[in-house]
This record gives sequence, C-alpha cells and structure tokens, in this order.
Amino acid sequence: MVYKLKNELEKKERFSGGHRLCSGCGAGIAVRGVLRALEEKDKAVITNATSCLEVSSFLYPYTAYADSYIHSAFANAAATCSGTSAAYASLKRKGKVKDNFKFIAFGGDGGTYDIGLQSLSGAMERNSDMVYVCYDNEAYMNTGIQRSSATPRFADATTSPTGAVSYGKVQNKKNLTEIIAAHNVPYVAQTTFTGNMKDFHEKSKIALYTEGACFLNVLSPCPRGWGYEASLLPELCRLAVETCVWPLYEILNGEWKVNYIPKKKLPIEEFLSMQTRFAHMFKPGNEWMIESAQTYVDEQWDKLLKRAKVN
Amino acid sequence: MARKDKMSGNEAVATAMRQIEPDVMAAFPITPSTEIPQYYSKFIADGKVDTEFIAVESEHSAMSACMGASAAGARAVTATSSAGLAYMWEVLYIVASSSLPVVMAVVNRALSAPININNDHSDSMGARDTGWIQLYAESNQEVYDNYIQAFSIAEACRLPVMVCQDGFITSHGVSNIELLEDSEVKDFVGEYMPADYLLKSENPLAIGPFGVSSYYMEIKRKQAESMKASMPIITEVADKYAKLSGRQYSFFEEYMMDDADIALLIIGSSAGTAKATVNLLRSEGKKVGLIKLRVFRPFPRESLAKAMCKVKAVAIMDKAESFSNSGGPLFSEARSSLYDLPNKPYAINYIYGLGGRDITVEHFCEIYNDLFAIIDSNDPGDVYRYIGVRDSRFK
Repeated sequence: MVYKLKNELEKKERFSGGHRLCSGCGAGIAVRGVLRALEEKDKAVITNATSCLEVSSFLYPYTAYADSYIHSAFANAAATCSGTSAAYASLKRKGKVKDNFKFIAFGGDGGTYDIGLQSLSGAMERNSDMVYVCYDNEAYMNTGIQRSSATPRFADATTSPTGAVSYGKVQNKKNLTEIIAAHNVPYVAQTTFTGNMKDFHEKSKIALYTEGACFLNVLSPCPRGWGYEASLLPELCRLAVETCVWPLYEILNGEWKVNYIPKKKLPIEEFLSMQTRFAHMFKPGNEWMIESAQTYVDEQWDKLLKRAKVN
Repeated sequence: MARKDKMSGNEAVATAMRQIEPDVMAAFPITPSTEIPQYYSKFIADGKVDTEFIAVESEHSAMSACMGASAAGARAVTATSSAGLAYMWEVLYIVASSSLPVVMAVVNRALSAPININNDHSDSMGARDTGWIQLYAESNQEVYDNYIQAFSIAEACRLPVMVCQDGFITSHGVSNIELLEDSEVKDFVGEYMPADYLLKSENPLAIGPFGVSSYYMEIKRKQAESMKASMPIITEVADKYAKLSGRQYSFFEEYMMDDADIALLIIGSSAGTAKATVNLLRSEGKKVGLIKLRVFRPFPRESLAKAMCKVKAVAIMDKAESFSNSGGPLFSEARSSLYDLPNKPYAINYIYGLGGRDITVEHFCEIYNDLFAIIDSNDPGDVYRYIGVRDSRFK
C-alpha cells in the first residue's frame, strides 16, 4: 500500500497527548511514529530506559501508553526487553498467550550509546526478537545537557562547556549505527523526522516486522539542549540530512543502502547556525572549527557512500 | 514417593529447577554458581525442559531480563554469586519494588578485594536491604527443599526470593539427598497464574513509573508491609511442604536449646560443625545449644529474641563483615531484637570464615568456653570479636 501520512494519522493513537515532554522535543514524535507503524491488530510491550521520555510519559499514576509498558533502569532497556520477548516466546509456545505481540525498547543516547551499550550489544548478539529505538538527542538531556558519546565535536554541553580554554566537546560523535551493524543483525537503520515521515515510517515498519534484533537510530532534536525554537524541529531534521550530518541509510540483511542522497550537499553552517550549542563556532577567529566540522562530515559521508557502493 | 540420591548443592538446585521447569532462565557464569546454568542448559539441550534460556552478557542484564520476563507473566529464575550479585544491585531493588516473584539461587562467595572465590556471606548480606526474601541452607537437602518452597513463597507474597547456600561447601560437596518425584514438585509449585502481567491482552500493564514525593512514601510503606505479610506465608508453605516431604522447616531451627545455658546463633553450612561441637560438649555435661537461622529476610525478630532469651549468653556468628564498627549484619539485627526484652542474654559477635577460612570444632569450643567465662564473670568484654584470624591483635 502506498504510504500516505494522512491515512496513518487516522489510526488510533497509541501514545496519548498530555504527557510532559517539552514542546519541540523529538522523543514523542519518535514514539508516536514507531507505534503508528504497528499493525492495528498487533499488541506491543514497550520497554523504556530511564530518560526524559520515561519520566515524562509514565508519571505515577498516569501512563501515556495504550500498550503494556515497562521501565526498569538506565542501563538495561535491551536486557529487560529481551526478558519480555523470551517470556512471550515461552508463553506463546505453551498456548498461554494468544495475541501477536511486538517488543520495542526506547532509549535516549545516554541509555544507548553509553551506559546501556553492553546490554544492547548482548541483546543484539543474541538476536533477541525486538526493535531497539534510540532517540538520539546528542546529550544527557534529562539530567541537564551533559555530554554523551553521541554529542558531536564542538557542542557546548554542561560537562563539555565552552570557555576561555575550551571550544566545547573535544571528541567526535560515536558511530553507534555502524557498531550495531557490526553485530550482523537483520536490520539496522538511521532515520529522522523529515517531510511526510515516509522514511521514518517505512524503517519502523521493516524493523517491527523483521524477525530478530532490529535497531533504529533516530536523530531526535532537543530544544533545550540544542537551543532552537520549538517550531524549527522539522527544519533542523531536514538540514541534518541535507548537510549529511545525519545520513538516512539502512542495512537490511547485510545490504547497505543510502536512502537519500542530496542533490547538492548543503554546507554544515546551515545546520550549525540554527543552534545555540554551536554559537561559539561562528565567532571571529573560530572559523577553523567550522572547517574542521565540515571536513569530518565530508569524510564520514564519503566513507558511507563507499561502504554502500554508491558511485 | 521420595527418591534417594547423592549430589552437590548446585546439582540439587538444578534438579529442583528441572522439576519446576520455569518459563525463562537468564544467567551469566560466575564461580561457584556457574554449574547451575550449566546443568540447566544441558537439560534444555536434551529436551528435558521447555524453558527459554537467555545467555546474557552480564549479571546486571541477567536480573534485568528476569525482571522483563517476570513482568511479562513468566516464571523467571537466575543464579549467581559474589561480584555477580553485586553487579545486579540496582536491579535487585527494582525487581523487589515492582513486586516481581523472581527466584534466584545465590551460591555465597566472598566479595573482592582481594579477589577470592571461596565462601562467606558478604554477597547476600550486602543485599539484605534490597527487599528480597532470603532463605539460607545448612545442607544440600535444605537448599533443595528451600528452592522448591521459594516459588510458592515468592508468588504468594509477590516478592522475589534468594535461595542461598554456601559456595563450594554445599554447592560442590556431594552428599546424600532425598528428592521428591517430578510430579510432586510440579503439583506443589502449581501453575504460575499472575493477576496482572504485560502480555495480558485484555488489560495492558505499566510497570516502573516515575513516582514523585507525593506517592513514593506510600509505595515504600506498602512494600515494607508486604515483607511483614510474608511471615505467615513462609510458615504456611513450610507446613505444606512438611506434609509432602516429611521435612519441617521454620524461620530457624533450635538445637539442644531447651535446657541450654549458652548458645550460638549461626547461618548456613557451619551450623553442621557447630552442632557437632554441641554434641561433644553435651557429652561432657555442658549445657550448650544452637540456633540456626534459615530466614534472614523477613527477620523473625520477636520469635528469635524469645529463643535467644532461653540462654544467658549467645554468640552471634557473622560470616560477613559490615565495616560498621558495631559488628556484622546478623549481630546488629539479632542484638537489636533483644532490646525490648527484660531479661536479655549477653550477646557477643564473632566474625568468622571470611573468604573460605575454615571454622572447626576447636573454634566453636573456644567460643562456648568464652561464653561460659562471660556468664561466670558477668563481664562480656569486647562484644565485637573475630575467630580464626591469625593475627592475635585482631581476635
């Protein structure tokens, strides 16, 4: 069936409004988008790492989820989700559960790239039947914008602040999508919220309906941590893709595919200049920062194209 | 019909596990509990049980996977020791606080540093305030019996249970054991039918909320109440098990206590050596007794205090240091339980057996002699002592 956002939005909402996420935050969009890709007849068990999403969507005694939901701790969403999935396999085999269930874990970049990486790697290696969704907002936002291994170089975060002798974060962003791809799981994809959400929706659908461990890495802007007006979220996502800061690509059964190649790659300034976390890069004398960031993005993009055998 | 056999404590746990056939096991290897998932994996490989085994990459994930599985509606188990238990710490609290009846075999081993693979109780004693019920065993038979009872207790109380045994001493020591028939065990534990679970299609469940200060304290109070409410359930399960097996269990066992002047309070396998000492001293006409604690959580403070009050002096034996400057964990709690009673015995703490240090009949004789000296002189001296440590300055 041809994808139409309008049709998708007519589906019954599985993540209700009234949660406490900020206006202009990507996390809620990621959750709604993934859950929209579920067949309406299918049930789901959602696991959530401790995060902004968790504290904003399941504040006792209210839950924003129509489906079953479990939160345990920061580091263990993938392992917890593995447990729910294994219980399903066992109980389904014994005839104790009749319906079809899907197992989805949501974690922020802190809970995924950093403290939850071991648990995630274990679940991926075991090919546990689940979809792990990282909503990557590039820092520990829940605790107040501390740098994570997903924070890009030069970003001003509260544990990598700019200062008289500091230009912000020193290290480049960890490439988690490739790390998970190296586990040779059936499906790994990188996506974000662009246009009519087609890329996001289709990848969610593949991830949900491919057996085994699937991983979605979703660039998910944070208005407080990145410093932008809430209404500019879609534009930021578009620019992340058009500058190749966040390429849209997927690896399905070992086949690498770049889903979108900009006709003309936009200069990185267009993405950076919209966010206060990079404001210092635009001060006189700091031109080298932008050049360096551009060089890095170019190198990474070329590497990806080679890997996906795009000429 | 009981079946006589001989096996190690680890094999006894794995056998009980096979007879119960939980839905999910998640485990990570660590000495000396490793054999339990090994035996169980072989049962799975041979098609003897229908259990999902999750070969996790750490104990933190083992307990997390158990949490997910238990919340989803499955009977979930794991086994661990020492550093493995320490690594689970965070999730132990969450499992207990989420009312999930996970059953964990703990094969007690010392904590690092220095690294040491032998027995003491530092690991599970460190986890004493995590909200888990804790059962301890003297012998292979007791660990087998405790393990089977643990499921009925956990599922009726909606609390997780640690079934503890002494690393290498019972876990690897082979001894005679009486097993129940598979069908008897299956009937005893019954089918697991939780009221609410994640996979209940008609009524989805949400677990693990953000509980702000206007709710948190009531939730904790209720949790404390459920630990209290587990006391009669532990007794009921023990009575039901006695009817099946002929072996009666309680919160603690009293050995030669009726006319005793002095006694030991002890947990685990060293109770065997201590009982041999009691027999020896009794043959010399000395009125000595022993109390072996089986259930450390919930702590049976009233009945235990009453039992200790039968004597004039009690040596409280801790196979764990708590670095508190006021004695080991059993001492602190047992001694505190005596406070409200008008005629209290002297209570002396002995830390023993750390990192697998042997405790012998001679050591126990020395302790009983100390207690006799105390009641003769009415002078307890320093109540925080060590036994079996070489450096005489630290005794």
